[in-house]
Amino acid sequence: MKKTLALAMMMVTILTLTACGGSSGSESKDRVVNVCSWGEYIDEDLIYQFEDETGIKVNYQTAESNEALYSLLKTGAGDYDVIVPSDYMIGRLIAEDMLAELNYDNIPNYAKIDDRYKGLSYDPDNKYTVPYTWGTLGIIYNTTMVDEEITSWDAMFDEKYAGQVLMIRNSRDALAAGLLDLGYDINTTDEAQIREAYELLAEAKSKGVYQSFVMDEIFGKMEGGNAAIAMYYAGDYLTMLENNEDLAYVVPEEGSNWFVDAMCVLKNAQHKDEAEAWINFIAGTDANLANMDYIWYASPNTEALEQYPAYYEETYGEELDPELYEIMAAPGDVLDRCTLYENLPAETLTLYNDLWTELGI
Amino acid sequence: MRNKLPLLSIPYVVWMALFVVAPIIMVVIYAFSSAAGGFTLANFARMGTYTVVFTRSFKLALIATAICLLVGYPVSYMMSKEGPRFQRIAMVLIMLPMWMNFLLRTYSWMAILENNGLLNQLFQKIGLISLYNNIFGTDLTFFRMINTQGAVVLGMVYNYLPFMILPIYSVIVKLDHSLIEAARDLGANSFNVFRRVILPLSLPGVLSGITMVFVPSVSTFAISKMLGGGTEMLLGDLIEQQYMGGAYNPQLGAAISLVMMVIVVVCMWVMNRFGEGEEQAVMM
Repeated sequence: MKKTLALAMMMVTILTLTACGGSSGSESKDRVVNVCSWGEYIDEDLIYQFEDETGIKVNYQTAESNEALYSLLKTGAGDYDVIVPSDYMIGRLIAEDMLAELNYDNIPNYAKIDDRYKGLSYDPDNKYTVPYTWGTLGIIYNTTMVDEEITSWDAMFDEKYAGQVLMIRNSRDALAAGLLDLGYDINTTDEAQIREAYELLAEAKSKGVYQSFVMDEIFGKMEGGNAAIAMYYAGDYLTMLENNEDLAYVVPEEGSNWFVDAMCVLKNAQHKDEAEAWINFIAGTDANLANMDYIWYASPNTEALEQYPAYYEETYGEELDPELYEIMAAPGDVLDRCTLYENLPAETLTLYNDLWTELGI
Repeated sequence: MRNKLPLLSIPYVVWMALFVVAPIIMVVIYAFSSAAGGFTLANFARMGTYTVVFTRSFKLALIATAICLLVGYPVSYMMSKEGPRFQRIAMVLIMLPMWMNFLLRTYSWMAILENNGLLNQLFQKIGLISLYNNIFGTDLTFFRMINTQGAVVLGMVYNYLPFMILPIYSVIVKLDHSLIEAARDLGANSFNVFRRVILPLSLPGVLSGITMVFVPSVSTFAISKMLGGGTEMLLGDLIEQQYMGGAYNPQLGAAISLVMMVIVVVCMWVMNRFGEGEEQAVMM
């Protein structure tokens, strides 16, 4: 008797669990698409608009970072159809055969994506991805706390600003700052060069240059004037600028990283048609304009990128500051000195991780 | 009637098996396997490099636990002496912060402790900073509070103090008053009553309070990240990095978690042994 009950209980537990998890499954007749993106990275009205137009229900979820997304995918915890990783992570997912080839016949809006954002190193033959946004990495500084105009990555390592600098809490970007300052390629696999960049960081840290290592905590710290200098993404700078007009942004003269976040479909996706419908919708000009206005990241859609200043004027009744527009959508000469991240081989990734741990110790 | 109890405990047993025992077994398996899947001890060979992080985490957690005990015990003791109305209100006040999300509370501390934060603005206004500069001949514009180990300990104490107060309080409040009266009758002064009767009898509460503060403190990563500035890693940060950092290495992460668990279990075991001895000594 006891055993039967135990068994029954267990069945109930399992059933409840599977029932909860099954809501996004494929057994229902309703069409669904499971999307995983970053937080605050879409104009949410677009989701409702898409649902009304197509009758496909969108399960929109977010991940914290490319690495967290990778971890979710590896453990099988994420049951997604569409994901929006960054360039280097896409390279890694393709190398590990985790992405499905897209049927571009279902994505006519792909033609509207500018050629500059096609055939990039992570997807050279344009088989897996449709770009979502792009932008640059640069230095943000508070003009009331810094006397000079910052133009170089040196500022991230300068003892003069001890206790006033926020370093990014992400091994790839932090070491890239070191590599760029030394004049090396940000995709180098040369251990000596990477170690040299690490030494630069470690020395600055030991001299107390870094007030802290931050990701999204940066917003409060820079907006509140708690730190003078930080490195972060252009789109986020524009958000901070709304709350503190003393902030300035620069893509340093040594060059920087520029990134593309692109939509891809997972190989084991259960709703591939719906996924492609979603991608097509998001790649359209209207959706790109709405997104660009909402998240301040540049659109890869040629029409949207051109029309945005007019769209801004129409929506807000004032002209878009051309300087801000150039920060959002970096002009050609700035992009020419920027490099995309590429997926690094496993040994280099391990080296990055070990050095990063050493820095934290 | 007696048969009912095991039956009713089945849901929890199933829960434990699925969500406590099974994950621990998985941690053990992962800790001893290589990325390719074979058996290896290599994950543990690297542990020596992390000694600094281990000591730092245990040190900060110990300090936080000690402060919680020093603050929490008197509060629990006073509370139990007061009338029921006071006790109810005090209880609500202690629980109140816990109704808010832990991350939100820690974020608020960031705003308070920042260089340009609420406290520093207050110090500026009342002239405390210029007073300090005059006395010590320094040139400060703010007191450095955030991004220090002190801020991390503060975060731990603030977040986990209720976990120290509640178990101690619930033990003291149920103390048999006749024992205290008996001690008085036998000529013990208040200090002796406390030291030889109340303190030993409240020890179980103290022990569970210590466990409930120490364990989350030693494994925290959110507090150290937000208030410690992430410049000095704690164990939680180190483990998180193996999963969410650039190199996805769940095996190493599991190994570090396992070593941490073993150390914590040993600490708790030693402490409970010590506690048992105390109690028996008092009984005799």
